[in-house]
Amino acid sequence: MARGALRGLRGRDPLGLRRAFADRLLPALVAAMALLAALALAGAHGAGQLAQRWQAGAAGPALVTLPAGADLAAASAALSPHAEVAPVPEARMRELLAPWVGEVPGLPLPRILEVTPTDRAGLEAAVSALPGARLEGRGESVAQAVTLAAGLRALSLLLLLVIAAVAAALVAVATRAGIAARRETIVILHELGARDSDIAGRFATRLAVLCLGGAAAGTAAAALALWFLAGAAVPVALSRPAAWDDLPWTGLAALPLAAAAIGWLTARLTLRAWLRRLP
Amino acid sequence: MCQARPVAYKGRWTERGRGLVRFTGVGMRYGGPRGRAAWGLLGVSFELAPASFNWLLGPSGAGKSSLLRLMHLSLRATEGRVEVLGEDVARLSRWALTGLRRRIGVVFQDDRLLPHLSAYENVALPLRIQGVTEMRLTADVGEMLRWVGLEHRAEEPPEILSGGERQRLAIARAIVARPSLLVADEPTANLDEAQARRVIALLRELHRMGTTVVVATHSETLPVEYPAPALRLEEGRLVSHG
Repeated sequence: MARGALRGLRGRDPLGLRRAFADRLLPALVAAMALLAALALAGAHGAGQLAQRWQAGAAGPALVTLPAGADLAAASAALSPHAEVAPVPEARMRELLAPWVGEVPGLPLPRILEVTPTDRAGLEAAVSALPGARLEGRGESVAQAVTLAAGLRALSLLLLLVIAAVAAALVAVATRAGIAARRETIVILHELGARDSDIAGRFATRLAVLCLGGAAAGTAAAALALWFLAGAAVPVALSRPAAWDDLPWTGLAALPLAAAAIGWLTARLTLRAWLRRLP
Repeated sequence: MCQARPVAYKGRWTERGRGLVRFTGVGMRYGGPRGRAAWGLLGVSFELAPASFNWLLGPSGAGKSSLLRLMHLSLRATEGRVEVLGEDVARLSRWALTGLRRRIGVVFQDDRLLPHLSAYENVALPLRIQGVTEMRLTADVGEMLRWVGLEHRAEEPPEILSGGERQRLAIARAIVARPSLLVADEPTANLDEAQARRVIALLRELHRMGTTVVVATHSETLPVEYPAPALRLEEGRLVSHG
C-alpha cells in the first residue's frame, strides 16, 4: 500500500485529551521549572556580564612604582614597547598625599608610571628588569574572578540542562498518566486504523500546549522578579544603573517555546514507544 | 421504535468480492514460557468466501474471540498463515496493517463506544481517522444513524442509550467506512430477543450489500433461525466448517 494513501485523523478531540489532561498540575509544575530556568538563565547572563567587566578592568591602566630618585625617562623608554606609559608628575603625587601627610618638602616619594599594557607578558618582564620596580596590577585577582564568573556561568547552563531533563521526565510521567486514562480509547482508535503518528501527534500537541502555557506563566513571573532584582543588583555589581539589556530577554522569550518543544517531543516519543507494543 | 428492516442504504458500498479470509494451520499461544503457555487456537484452517455471511460457533472459551481478533488484526498468530482481504498479514508492514484495518469493521461484545463522544461522533470516528472531509462525513454519518434507527439520539452520549441502541450504534460505527470485512463478537449477547433479531437483520443486510460478515455467537437458536455457513470451534480447534 502506498504511504500517501493513508490520510490522517481529523476532528477536534477524538481522544478526549482535554478531559484527560484537565487538571492544572502539569502546567503548574512546568511554570515552576520555567521560573527556575529563567533564574538560571539570568544567572548565566549576569555572570557573563561580570566577567566581561572584570576582564575590561584587567585590560585597563595599571601602575608601575619605582624607587625614589629613579630615572623616569629611562624607565618609560624601557616599558614603552609593551604599554602606553604616562609618568605621574611628582607635584601631583605630593598634592594627592597632602591631606594625610601635609606639606613635607623633603619627603622622598616613589616615582610612579601609569601604564596601559599592550603586551602584558612583555610588560611584566620589562618591569622585573628595572631595579626596585613593581607592577601594581590586578591581573591575578581579576583572573581568579573571571574564572569564578565562568564557573558560575557553566553551572547556570548545567542547571538549565538539568531543568530541561526534569521537565522531560515530568512530561513523560504525565503522558503515561494520559495513556492510562485513555488506554481503551487509544486501542480502539488503533484498531479502527488510526496511524500511530496521528495518535502520538494528538498527545504531543496537547502536552505542548500545556507546557507552553505553564512555561509562559512561569517565565513572566520570573521576568518581573528579575527586573526588580536587576534594579537593585546592577548598581552594586556593575557600578551603573540597571539597563534593559541587563536581562537575557531573547533567552527568556525562548523558554516557553523550548518547554513546548520538550513537551511535544517527549510526549511523541513516549506515545510512539507505547504504541509499538500494539500489534 | 424497531424497524422491521433497515432502510435502504444508498449507493456506494465496498468492493464486492474482496472479502476473502483464509487461515492455514493457525495457532495462537497465550502466556509466558512454553511450558506454561496455553494454546487458544491450534491448527485452525478454513477459508471464507468473499461477500459471505458466516457464523462462528462454540462454547465460551472455545477460541472464538481469539479467532476474531486475528481476523481484525488486534492479535498476531503464533504460528500458521493468516490472510485477510487477500493479504498475508505476517508480511505486511505496520503502515500497511493500518491501511488494512481501515477496511475491516469490528463490533465488540461490549460495544466499546467512546464515552466522551456523542453517538454521532462515535459513528464519525472511523471516517475522521481516515481523514474524510466534513461534508462527506456529515452525509454518511447521518445516513448511517438513520439506517440503524438512531438519528434522533445523535447528540446523546452512549451511556444513556439502551443496550440495543448501543449495539446498533456500534454496528453503525463498524460499517460507516464501508468495510470489506465485518467481524462481530457476540453482538447479541446482552440483548433481548427483539433487539437481537434487529441486530442480526442489520448484519444480514450488510452481507446482502457485499460485505463479508463473520458473527460469533454461543446462541444455538440464531444459526437455526438464520441459516448460513458456520465455523464451529471447541477447545481451540476447528471441529466443523460448513
